Amino acid sequence: MMKNESNQNTHSAEKPSTIELVNKNLTKRYRAEKRFKAYGVTAILFGLACLVILFSDIIGKGHSAFLQTYVYLEVNYDADALEITDVTDPQQLAMADYSALVKSALREQFTDAKSRKQRRNLYGLVSNGASFTLRESLEENPALLNQTTGVWVLADDDIDTYYKSRGDNQADAFIGRLNPQQVAWVETWIGNQQLKKSFNTTFFTSGDSREPEQAGIMGAMAGSLFTLLVTIALSFPIGVAAAVYLEEYAPKNKLTDFIEVNINNLAAVPSIIFGLLGLAIFIGYFEMHRSIPLVGGLVLSLMTLPTIIISSRAAIKSVPPSIRDAALGLGASKMQVILHHVLPLAMPGMLTGAIIGFAQALGETAPLLMIGMVAFIVDIPGGVSDPATALPVQIFLWSDSPERAFVERTSAAIMVLLAFLITMNTAAIWLRKRLERRW
Amino acid sequence: MNTSMLLILAVLLMAMAFVLGRKRSIAVAGGSQGIRNLNSLPSYYGILSALWCGIPSILILVVWVLFDDYLIKQIIIQELPTSTQALTESELGLLLNTVSNIALDDSSTLAAEPYIIAAAERLNSLQAISQMALTVVFICAAMGLSLFSWLRVNTKLKARVKVENVFKIALLMCASIAVFTTAGIVFSVIFESVKFFQTVPFFDFIFGLQWSPQMAIREGQIGGSGAFGAVPLFAGTMLISAIAMIIAVPAGLMAAIYLSEYASPKVRTFVKPALEVLAGVPTVVYGFFAALTVAPYLRETGSMFGLSVSSESALAAGLVMGVMIIPFVSSLSDDVINAVPQSLRDGSFGLGATQSETIKQVIIPAALPGIVGGILLAVSRAIGETMIVVMAAGLAANLTANPMESVTTVTVQIVTLLVGDQEFNSPKTLSAFALGLMLFVITLILNSIALMVVKKYREQYE
Repeated sequence: MMKNESNQNTHSAEKPSTIELVNKNLTKRYRAEKRFKAYGVTAILFGLACLVILFSDIIGKGHSAFLQTYVYLEVNYDADALEITDVTDPQQLAMADYSALVKSALREQFTDAKSRKQRRNLYGLVSNGASFTLRESLEENPALLNQTTGVWVLADDDIDTYYKSRGDNQADAFIGRLNPQQVAWVETWIGNQQLKKSFNTTFFTSGDSREPEQAGIMGAMAGSLFTLLVTIALSFPIGVAAAVYLEEYAPKNKLTDFIEVNINNLAAVPSIIFGLLGLAIFIGYFEMHRSIPLVGGLVLSLMTLPTIIISSRAAIKSVPPSIRDAALGLGASKMQVILHHVLPLAMPGMLTGAIIGFAQALGETAPLLMIGMVAFIVDIPGGVSDPATALPVQIFLWSDSPERAFVERTSAAIMVLLAFLITMNTAAIWLRKRLERRW
Repeated sequence: MNTSMLLILAVLLMAMAFVLGRKRSIAVAGGSQGIRNLNSLPSYYGILSALWCGIPSILILVVWVLFDDYLIKQIIIQELPTSTQALTESELGLLLNTVSNIALDDSSTLAAEPYIIAAAERLNSLQAISQMALTVVFICAAMGLSLFSWLRVNTKLKARVKVENVFKIALLMCASIAVFTTAGIVFSVIFESVKFFQTVPFFDFIFGLQWSPQMAIREGQIGGSGAFGAVPLFAGTMLISAIAMIIAVPAGLMAAIYLSEYASPKVRTFVKPALEVLAGVPTVVYGFFAALTVAPYLRETGSMFGLSVSSESALAAGLVMGVMIIPFVSSLSDDVINAVPQSLRDGSFGLGATQSETIKQVIIPAALPGIVGGILLAVSRAIGETMIVVMAAGLAANLTANPMESVTTVTVQIVTLLVGDQEFNSPKTLSAFALGLMLFVITLILNSIALMVVKKYREQYE
């Protein structure tokens, strides 16, 4: 090519020199250079923009879930309505019909609710969790019986959404399923300052519920915790042991190669396949119960094992051979070399890899769906063999719910999950920076 | 004593065996002065004794617990009246369930027939006998073997070598768990898939164009055709993965090139972890984002241009999946680009090439095998990705190449078929395992090729 060009040049009349040719193309080449660089910048900006959009979308949707709307009601603890004859009897206090008090308080304030339907709409403004609030306050202070006091009770999720979206301007409000009369009642409350937003403790302290205003992530967090504990207890020791074997003992033979190929392949197997394994082996064959953190932990430990083995091997590899030689030279046995020297020195690296693996396990959903940790469970699990769900699964379940109030709760649950993951990853980076030794 | 009590007992006995074995070794050696005559340190004798005490007895415990239920069940079946011998397997199972329920809780005995109550009582007594026998055998084994190892302690016993051998075998067993996991996956999916292929022919599954797994439970039910042709699922998976790759490959590759070739160290230390945050976000979060933000947005934008975008379009799922895979592609490409020797760059610059020309004509060709390997790994990941498609893609198995329509994928179908109530052994449930088998095989092939390519490439420059 070059030769042809130079031949042509000698034949042409003007005979541009090589440097002229180069210079002629130079602006074009520099432009190409700039363009190429701009592609790179665009790619990075695109990635970062996606990150920012993702986080701001989630935070924008979820931040309001940390506040919850309460309604101020004048409640008369009428002993007759409650059918309580003896305040000291806890049985009676527990069994009494507190929702009647809420209903009568609502009826007293809004006398325009005449028909059955209107009344039902009126009662719908307050969450049925309100009766628990009343029971608790009466149990705490039995002197309230036959007294009339103001109580802040949970508002229904539709009111919650309406009040939060309303701000100062009624036109912005999201009405949803509310009818005009209900809106008028709520506006009366707003006018009387009978509505307030305060920190949503329910969200952090209670289990799942069909009612958004009573739903919380405590059950899911406990389930995630137990699942993760099982995962840590199984996959970390086994992973480290496997890594030690492969790095320190394994002879170079077919079996070792086979094990290595297996580990590398398992690291890239889709997580849902591990769910199928759990379903067929642990639940189908060993007849373990569905929906329990124990099975979830088993499946997740099989899934994180390759990650932990690979990172532990890298950490063991980075311990210089001179340490081993010195210990062996002083008469230590192989096991002593490993337990006294190699493992302590490799521990920070192994922990870093393991924490990253556990963070992955904490965010994993698909295998847990397969083994049935996707049921609607209200109770907060107390151990590894109680039916439970996990935080990511709870997010999946809530995201399917039609109520608008669940959208903000889902986002809030995502924020909590991300906070855990970021903490874990930061801890891993901190460990690596603080404890890792450079040889 | 129950199993967990026995395990606690085992730990206590092992601790005792350790102390005794250690003391015995010192005594045999003739006090603390004589320790140097011992073959190994006293604690090794202790550990050896503890292992002798613990391992066999715990093995006995495990085997016993695994088999005693089965044996007791057999005895109960043998002793049931002859009228029940003719029952089918499932009816017998139901009967045994009643028996064990009554055995657990005798308040429900009133309604049951006398022979069932008798069987329940028998079950209880058998279980008690089994538990007692286990306790006795367990304690005898642990004590006896401790005594045996205690007697064997002498100065010539190579306790350290033996303990180290046990240690090594334990490590080998941990390492082989990966092999067992693979075997478990292969057997569990193949076993169920074979059952599935007995009802649905293999080629109908692979080449069938119709997917509607709802089976008719009763005769003449509407919508229960039960067609198991997997082509629409694979087409849907490919469509969504292709959209994801169109986003992820250029963005990830260019980001990697910029970071490794142009960016200053300062930019690098900030941008690289930021991009990796994208990889750390759980997939369920991406799914939520795709379903509640991206899909409605695409629908609105589409309707502005007069296009009807489905609310569960392949486009939304694919776009978000692409974003998820960007850091994956970029970190894998980053590794291979950094592995290209500096001498190649210097040679190219020396000939007067600009940086972009060097990258396009020298570095990328040199790193190509590694990049291709990385992309294959990313494809395998996109195919196996579950939560994004479960939340953002549809359920209807449409055979279409239009990204604005709703398609379904292999993983979505596995989840829908297996979540919730399901009867075992119906083709509907089993088909999920057949899909799982296909998914496993495809990702395995992709991963193997990718790992091979990457490995081969790495060897070139080392």
